[in-house]
Amino acid sequence: MLSNITLGQYFPGTSFIHKLDPRTKILATLIYIIAIFFAESTLSYGILAGFAFLVILASRLPILMVLKSVKPILIIVIFTLLIHMFTHPGEHILWSWKFFVITQEGLETGLKMSSRLLLLMIFSSILTFTTSPIVLTDGIERLLRPFKCIGVPAHELAMMMTIALRFIPTLLEETDRIMKAQTSRGADFTSGNILQNIRNMLPILVPLFISAFRRADELAIAMEARCYRGGEGRTRMRELAYGSRDMFAYLLVILLFVGLAFMKWGKACVL
Amino acid sequence: MSINLTNVIYTYLKGTPFESLALKGVSTTINPGEIVAIIGHTGSGKSTLVQHLNGLLNPGSGKVTVEDIDISAKTSEAKKARQMVGMVFQYPEHQLFAETVYEDIAFGPRNKGFTPEEVDKAVREGMAFVGLDFETFKERSPFQLSGGQMRRVAIAGIVAMNPDYLVLDEPSAGLDPRSRDAVFREVMNLHVTRKLAIVLVTHSMEEAVKYAKRMLVINQGNILFDGKPEEIFKEHTDELIEIGMDIPESYKLAALLRKQGMNLPEGLKDEKELAKAIKKAKGWK
Amino acid sequence: MIKITELKHYYTDADGKEVKALDGVSLEIKQGEFVAIIGANGSGKSTLARHLNALLVPTSGKCEVDGLDTMSDEKLWDIRQTVGMVFQNPDNQIVAAVVEEDVAFSLENVGVPSKEIYPRVKAALEAVGMLEFAKHAPHRLSGGQKQRVAIAGIMALEPKCLVLDEPTAMLDPQGRKQIMETVKKLKQEKNITVIYITHYMSEALEADRVVAMHKGKIAFEGTPKEVFSRVDELEQLGLEAPFAAKVASELRKAGAKLPKDIITDEELALALCQ
Repeated sequence: MLSNITLGQYFPGTSFIHKLDPRTKILATLIYIIAIFFAESTLSYGILAGFAFLVILASRLPILMVLKSVKPILIIVIFTLLIHMFTHPGEHILWSWKFFVITQEGLETGLKMSSRLLLLMIFSSILTFTTSPIVLTDGIERLLRPFKCIGVPAHELAMMMTIALRFIPTLLEETDRIMKAQTSRGADFTSGNILQNIRNMLPILVPLFISAFRRADELAIAMEARCYRGGEGRTRMRELAYGSRDMFAYLLVILLFVGLAFMKWGKACVL
Repeated sequence: MSINLTNVIYTYLKGTPFESLALKGVSTTINPGEIVAIIGHTGSGKSTLVQHLNGLLNPGSGKVTVEDIDISAKTSEAKKARQMVGMVFQYPEHQLFAETVYEDIAFGPRNKGFTPEEVDKAVREGMAFVGLDFETFKERSPFQLSGGQMRRVAIAGIVAMNPDYLVLDEPSAGLDPRSRDAVFREVMNLHVTRKLAIVLVTHSMEEAVKYAKRMLVINQGNILFDGKPEEIFKEHTDELIEIGMDIPESYKLAALLRKQGMNLPEGLKDEKELAKAIKKAKGWK
Repeated sequence: MIKITELKHYYTDADGKEVKALDGVSLEIKQGEFVAIIGANGSGKSTLARHLNALLVPTSGKCEVDGLDTMSDEKLWDIRQTVGMVFQNPDNQIVAAVVEEDVAFSLENVGVPSKEIYPRVKAALEAVGMLEFAKHAPHRLSGGQKQRVAIAGIMALEPKCLVLDEPTAMLDPQGRKQIMETVKKLKQEKNITVIYITHYMSEALEADRVVAMHKGKIAFEGTPKEVFSRVDELEQLGLEAPFAAKVASELRKAGAKLPKDIITDEELALALCQ
């Protein structure tokens, strides 16, 4: 049941997008996300969606799988849509019943806001689908390295992320197993109010925490036995290096960024 | 009066790239009071199969009934039927959570709706069955016990629920020979005194032949053989080895001695039986 | 290679009681030797293993590895590169989410230049027969495969000595077979010293020498033949003798005259047919 979650799961491949340097992908994703917030006109949303679609094509990921990645935030998306629909003031009234009023402006804003969330989720999923967690971590570490002098623990953060990524599937499997074991002992995780539910979770949480601590302990010893002693003097199997495809990707995403920025402010400047 | 599986099919992660068919239409019956060993290598589908016995997994198609009640139903009757089947998972000590041994064992009985008096009785009996002294252990934290003791507390927690069928998934995994023998002694004792049916999932051919009256060999999501362990080991030696199973040590040694002309009977289960048969064959006293 | 003299390891447990995990162990292991250490739970065998690469240091006595005292802090990383260690639970010693990245972990730690890392990772994975899984995620592998990855992670460091602390305790029969075959192959090809802790007697049979431990002390040691023919003594330590040795012991008790050192089926068959 728990293993069905696909978010953050790497989908191996050899496409153009897969081969990009992780730094390129992380920065490009950030640039894209900022660009999302420039978008105002329907055309600009169309351009963003088209861009995301092309990237999915270039990554050769099953498109349905990418779309499915929005599932965890679907409720938030719908909620956003509804809030804007009913609360946004506007002149063109489309529908009203008692004090519920839907205006055209409200509907448009709602659609745009929820599209932003969807695009944000889809684009960042492409990043996690095409980049193995460890490479992603490498990328983050390298991007943070310049900030080491102001006290950002780049290596430690990266190591923590690596270990977290490595153990998430293991702990999910473990949760599944413990849940089954307690279900066999007649535990019920579905009924009751919130307070009861929290109490009901104890038979899962306690064994899970104990196991996580035991794993952490054993892992620390194993890492020490494998000569781990922090980031000092460490080398990496793969030193990251930008290639021409990275330049091409940067160019595309910056074009997108500039284009959208122009669509937002450009007219004002020209006038 | 039995657990019935009819044409059970089960697929993991249906509709994802990792989809895999674990059971390909399994039908079998577990009868009250019998001891069935289930063997098969990892990934053969045996764990998936046993998780159907108390409704932890529901068949993708097919049906599982306990005492003629379909256990995939959402009725209280079905819940009751599911709870007739106790399940001891691999490394069951990993499910302990309460502050005291008593509270942990009482968890199942309470969920089953026992009255406080019934719970108390069930805990006492459960502990007695696994050889833990009630007064010594009831107030102890389960986490400060030895590995073997923790496992017994976990088994007692299931036994206290008074099941009619007890499924044990590799109850001896990770235990040293002494604790292993103790756990089996206690389980067999339960079988005799409570007329409990035992389903034993194991990787050990010795355990299968020593304790079970019936054996299911699972391979690639199907039941390959179903019968008396001694007969399966005797008649299907080659097929078992082909699918990565083994035959018990005593059978191997007996077969070797027979090949060298010694006249030994079939079905010798351990070193004592084999030694006795050798003495007889040699005409020693 | 390894020289342990009167090694004692005491610690206080949660109840404030002093535990004598090791109580005067002396043991010498030569380069290229394959030594199995057996003993029931709590006999001190895992504690002993952890002294060999300075994860633990002696309360008293001495533990020397390749001439280096495990008490010396400056030599700590040399010691850990000399003696590699594989633990019981394969899940809890794999750090990275991709097989080859995990094998590279130890090499990165000791600062091997980037260019040299991949060839060594590849060689290590090949040596344990896991090269085709180089890009796989560890959590999708079987127990035996995970444990082989863990071994590769150690072998990449090219240690002189490999210590395995119950590497098969959590594995199924196939996994156990894979590990045993891998260890034997590594021993043969690289002539490394192997110290193999187990409670499976069939695995200990493969060793050159078997050390039986009990309550923090060495109970007895010798060749597999010498150790495993002592059926009753093994049983007293909570251990099990090989099946043929048990049958032979039963027969002897009934008055049969059989050689003392029978441990395999073939030896018993031979003795009975004379």
